[in-house]
Amino acid sequence: MSGFDDPFDPNIQLSGKGCSCGRHASQAEHRQDEDARISRVVESTVMRALFPHDETRRNFIRAVGAGTALAAVSTFFPLSAARALAADRAALEKTDLKIGFVPITCATPIIMAGPMGFYSREGLNVSLLKTAGWAVVRDKVMNKEYDASHMLSPMPLAISLGLGSQAQPVAVAAIENINGQAITLHVKHKDKLDPKQWKGFKFGLPFDYSIHNLLLRYFLAEHGLDPDQDVELRIMSPPDMVANLRAGNIDGFLGPEPFNQRAVYEEVGFIHTLSRDIWDGHPCCAFGVSEGFAKTHPNTFAALFRAIASATDYAHKPENRADIIKAIAPANYLNQPIPVLEQVMTGRFADGLGKVRNVPDRVDFDPFPWPSMAVWMLSQLKRWGYLKGEVNYRQVAENVFLATDARKRLKEMGLPVPASNYARYTIMGKVFDPAKPEQYLKSFKISRA
Amino acid sequence: MTKSLNFKSLLISVLLLCALLLGWYIATLPQAALTANVDPEYAALMGGGAVKKSGMPTPAEFGHTLRERLSDPFYDHGPNDKGIGIQLAYSLARVLSGFALAALVAIPLGFVVGMSPLMQRALNPYIQLLKPISPLAWMPLALYTIKDSSASAIFVIFICSLWPMLINTAYGVAAVRRDWLDVAKTLEVSALRKAFQVVLPAAAPTILTGMRISMGIAWLVIVAAEMLVGGTGIGYFVWNEWNNLSLTNVIFAILMIGVVGMMLDMMFGGLSRLVAYND
Repeated sequence: MSGFDDPFDPNIQLSGKGCSCGRHASQAEHRQDEDARISRVVESTVMRALFPHDETRRNFIRAVGAGTALAAVSTFFPLSAARALAADRAALEKTDLKIGFVPITCATPIIMAGPMGFYSREGLNVSLLKTAGWAVVRDKVMNKEYDASHMLSPMPLAISLGLGSQAQPVAVAAIENINGQAITLHVKHKDKLDPKQWKGFKFGLPFDYSIHNLLLRYFLAEHGLDPDQDVELRIMSPPDMVANLRAGNIDGFLGPEPFNQRAVYEEVGFIHTLSRDIWDGHPCCAFGVSEGFAKTHPNTFAALFRAIASATDYAHKPENRADIIKAIAPANYLNQPIPVLEQVMTGRFADGLGKVRNVPDRVDFDPFPWPSMAVWMLSQLKRWGYLKGEVNYRQVAENVFLATDARKRLKEMGLPVPASNYARYTIMGKVFDPAKPEQYLKSFKISRA
Repeated sequence: MTKSLNFKSLLISVLLLCALLLGWYIATLPQAALTANVDPEYAALMGGGAVKKSGMPTPAEFGHTLRERLSDPFYDHGPNDKGIGIQLAYSLARVLSGFALAALVAIPLGFVVGMSPLMQRALNPYIQLLKPISPLAWMPLALYTIKDSSASAIFVIFICSLWPMLINTAYGVAAVRRDWLDVAKTLEVSALRKAFQVVLPAAAPTILTGMRISMGIAWLVIVAAEMLVGGTGIGYFVWNEWNNLSLTNVIFAILMIGVVGMMLDMMFGGLSRLVAYND
């Protein structure tokens, strides 16, 4: 019932019965009426675009008749498709969503979509909940406390395969960011720039099932160090990495931003290698949803995808980064000093060794969830003994990384999509062919597989 | 005599505070910034000259934070940024619900254990086994089985504040003087009346001591539990500020935790004076 209705009007229903607006006998009837209204809006928009002068439109319809006009317009504009698209946007199964994030710059698109209005534009009311660590993120997604969450990109693979937890299907709807990590060492190691001198070092990592772990192990092994025997790898949260580095408990870490830059800013560390110099364009964090949520709320999931994908596309453009920094820096989100975030997001930064470096793609954003990236991660999980036995790389990759869905939706949104789901990558000069993961795996000297 | 003792103790307290503040002030005196011969852009990127938010704050900075935080304790800037008053209220609500649940279980069970030597022997091994388990050891199990982080935090409070109350109640009930029970037996009062009018008043001081210890433990536990699960509460506040490497706010939170813990303890101290008796 509307508060503006006249209570003395015999045709108005004041009781709670009927539909949500009170004008219809049932919610179904209300929905039908709403659908009709949406169709009207779509049709009016199209007709207004075709006939900017209303006089012309009226003359045209009078001359040929409404039916013919509709048929004529439909031949060159897919009116029914536009109507269906608009209706798809209207009928969200669930509008109040809880989305988790860990406060690092990798979560930028997920976070900025809140304050910058990308969620509300899709009709979603999202609570962004800061989460204490990756294991907690995993548990809260598995317990359905979160509808979707920021995750490290190998986590959905690990959870779906039951590594480190019970198996439960979790999917990567989109990749959040690419690049954007670094190896940071303690300032006392300024003279040990060659990784061959790192024997006996202790390194911090954010999580076992992280791209950080896989990249650091790869990097060390390429330099002839066995990551399980020659160095010590410890799991810790990023702020603990900076504090432990200051205390001298660790010699370095491969961690997410802004903590590499933060270590430089605190004058305790220097940036040794940006992760883009190990693998340019590597995925880092992902937008993960449980398969159950995506299946039972298809329209909500589609709306969420559109919000995240357009935020990711927005974050990709360097000219928008200044606004984004302002949106994500407050205590409610990243809670970090702006000068640190600026250096991370613009790529013009102090490296801790006295030089200013300029690397515009230090952090970048690209939503397409490449199954070939998943195949690489699976090969490395197998290489280091996290994953044992036969692996159907392609099948697992395609089940978890929803490339087909993403392709369809990105196309609808007019965003660029790659021609295929598989690509070759050159990682530290070595070419990875996603068609031959086992062969790739056998080519490593240091390996547990 | 007492008056001058009070005055002297107050004087020493104030002097200790002054010494602490002075030591703090000296320890955090500003140090020389980056040397002058570096590239000015580099120095700017390193925050040259600017006040950095991390590191040990000076007493003045801390005072500023203290005033700012306390002047607006109930602001709400979204799910991850709430005033200290709201955070403390969340923590207190969790502590009180877990504590109340524990009291509901521990006090009746303590009565049974205290009145029946048989039950005491039967339950003793379990109590001894479960008592020393750290709250954080329960946390993963609770998260996994309860599947709700907020309920898990309450469960951890419950399980940790259960034992002191249970043991103290059982001890208090068992230690009620024999002759009082004999009088009750001679007068042939009903079991229920005996429990409420003889045993409960006699055991009340011991039971309250148990509750006071439990409350202390519960307040210790909540901070750790909230740091782990995140979301809301004073423990989450500490974690969130640590995530920003902001020691000023961490110290502020520590002070608040201490103040609230002290107030809770004083409350139970007052309660136990109410039920105390001299025989």
